[in-house]
Amino acid sequence: MSGSRDAILGAIRHNHIQGEHPRPAVPLFDQAAPADLKVLFQKSLERMGGKILIPDVPDPMAPVRQAIVKPGPVVSCVPEFEGDMKITPQTKPTDIAPVEYAVLRAAFGVAETGSLCFTEKQLHVNTTGFLPQHLIVLLDPAQIVYNLHNAYQRPEWLQAHYAVFQSGPSATADIEGVLVHGAQGVRSLSVLLQP
Amino acid sequence: MTAELHEELTDPHGEQLDHGAASSRPLKSRIAEPQPRGAKIRGNRPVDQSEAANRFMAATEHEAMHDARLWDLRQKRDKEMHGIEEWEELRNLASGIKEHTLSKLDYYLELFEKNATANGIKVHWAKDGAEHNAIVLEILRSRGVERLIKSKSMLTEECGFREFMAHNHVEVIETDLGERIQQLDDEAPSHVVVPAVHKLRTDVASVFAKTIGSDPDNADAHYLTECQREATRPLILSAQAGMTGGNFVVAETGTFVVCTNEGNADLSANTPPLHIASIGIEKLIPGLNELPVFIRLLSRSALGSPITQYTSHFRGPREGGEMHVVLVDNGRSERLGMEKFWPGLKCIRCGACMNTCPVFRRSGGLSYGATYAGPIGLIIDPTFNVHKYRNLPYSSTMNGSCTNVCPVKINIHEQIADWRKTLAGDGEISPVKKVMMKAAGEVLASPVVYRASLPLGRSALRHLPHFMLYNKLNTWGRKRDIPETPKQTFNEWYRKNRKSQEKSQSEGENS
Ligand code: SF4
Repeated sequence: MSGSRDAILGAIRHNHIQGEHPRPAVPLFDQAAPADLKVLFQKSLERMGGKILIPDVPDPMAPVRQAIVKPGPVVSCVPEFEGDMKITPQTKPTDIAPVEYAVLRAAFGVAETGSLCFTEKQLHVNTTGFLPQHLIVLLDPAQIVYNLHNAYQRPEWLQAHYAVFQSGPSATADIEGVLVHGAQGVRSLSVLLQP
Repeated sequence: MTAELHEELTDPHGEQLDHGAASSRPLKSRIAEPQPRGAKIRGNRPVDQSEAANRFMAATEHEAMHDARLWDLRQKRDKEMHGIEEWEELRNLASGIKEHTLSKLDYYLELFEKNATANGIKVHWAKDGAEHNAIVLEILRSRGVERLIKSKSMLTEECGFREFMAHNHVEVIETDLGERIQQLDDEAPSHVVVPAVHKLRTDVASVFAKTIGSDPDNADAHYLTECQREATRPLILSAQAGMTGGNFVVAETGTFVVCTNEGNADLSANTPPLHIASIGIEKLIPGLNELPVFIRLLSRSALGSPITQYTSHFRGPREGGEMHVVLVDNGRSERLGMEKFWPGLKCIRCGACMNTCPVFRRSGGLSYGATYAGPIGLIIDPTFNVHKYRNLPYSSTMNGSCTNVCPVKINIHEQIADWRKTLAGDGEISPVKKVMMKAAGEVLASPVVYRASLPLGRSALRHLPHFMLYNKLNTWGRKRDIPETPKQTFNEWYRKNRKSQEKSQSEGENS
């Protein structure tokens, strides 16, 4: 309601806080970044409850196949791996609900927090990121940034309508602090470092 | 489902995982005990926090669990803080960024509106909770929505949203586990980050047995969580609309950001075709350079976890979807004009001040009888209703620990002192407190004197008359032994007396 809009903005102008409050410059805090970010990424990911899959050079998709241990539909959003359920332009968000595993590629990773960034471009249907029971994620090691300051310099933020940092699987500890993975979203998250 | 016994989750190196809200060591209630309920609300009568606190403390198993659990979160927070060299710099930046944005809030709100609108978001403005509820209902009605799924939002608690929707026959399903427990128990959240932290596992088991048909004798946390997942999932899949809050709003990109550990915001926003976000106008920040400062501080301060499992950014509707943002004032613009109290608007709702507060830990969030509990509640609840919450600023030991942990550097304990002074000046003070104030003389009544006492490195408690602290009129002296030496602060005494607790490694308690 435009009446309220004007009333709110008017009240803010009227109640203007006193003094000068300049916009601070925010450094990137990345002086201490190690040359190889893979180790830090792995450590952070594991702390957040994620797993790192061990690469297999002659057969790069073998670790993905081996990670799929439970029966149920597998959806793949990457050309390297063939799933058994296809996402088409007709796929509705709720169609992802029966999926056991989704294989995705992250746009990039963040070493500081073990986070993976997905946007609608990687997810095809946004619910692919959290309605499946398990996620298997490919991440190009060259696309790991050091910290969150570096992460927010990336171009994705101005391209995507939806972007999420997923850091490990869904988690809750709302009952007496007991950690449970898969409160609502995915129960497990595995990452294969794969260019 | 049968009883399941679970081991603590560990990483590949055998370290116990303690991300998210997880405790860093196993804590387990030993006995079932009836859950103490919150403050008795009697219309607009002033809430008697201490009455409810006494009942909470009398429930010893609840009190012990609550205290241990929140203290553990506080210690996890300290550990994280020590791992980040630039921690203090980040706090200074966070405070400065918030002050800057609040000083130009009209400009940034309009900038956000322009950018969000350009990306296809419909922006609404609500001056109060009632208008917020009406706007949302109108959107839902015009689209025939009967079921709405929702991620946790303190703002909608402020607006009485759930009750309003129930009256209007829209089914609201909370998707956050803690919030869902509270919804099913018809109780408000007791903590901004961990809404059911005042409940024991046996309390949850009895709520779930009554409402979602779980085994009443099974109080295993994994079992209960799984029951809730199974019961809620069909509701999520059949909902016609989803609602989220917003932790941060980036004006320059028209983005709003929601932080959750369970993935609720993503579920609520992306599963149904319609997404409505309710956001307080103080959540604005200028741009993407500023955002990481807050993302780095929020979960570390709240839970001692480097980041929430999900940090979700919404900049526009997805293809074929619809997205609305309701910007809500509800007293915030007025608070901007309160010379002493506007810094409360910097709050990012991390809950660190609650976790560290000895009063909160021992009395439970529901004892405050207000949407916001703990130290932050003491300083913002009276802005919503000065009469009803006039006694709350007295529920503090004034140890300053809240101020020390606050990631946006709100001078919480100074504001508590200022509220006491303001309320005394307004005549908004109960007879019991009046007696205490008289006895306390100028120390409490004067923030100047009080502040002057701080650099001595002791809490103001030392400067208060003995009568004031340990007289039976003072409910905070009750159930506590009198310290041997009056030079010892309550907090020092308190810590020494925590048998089950390791030594604090904090910078905070008495600095
Ligand atoms: S006042 Fe500070 S410590 Fe308390 S919830 Fe708000 S930001 Fe967190």
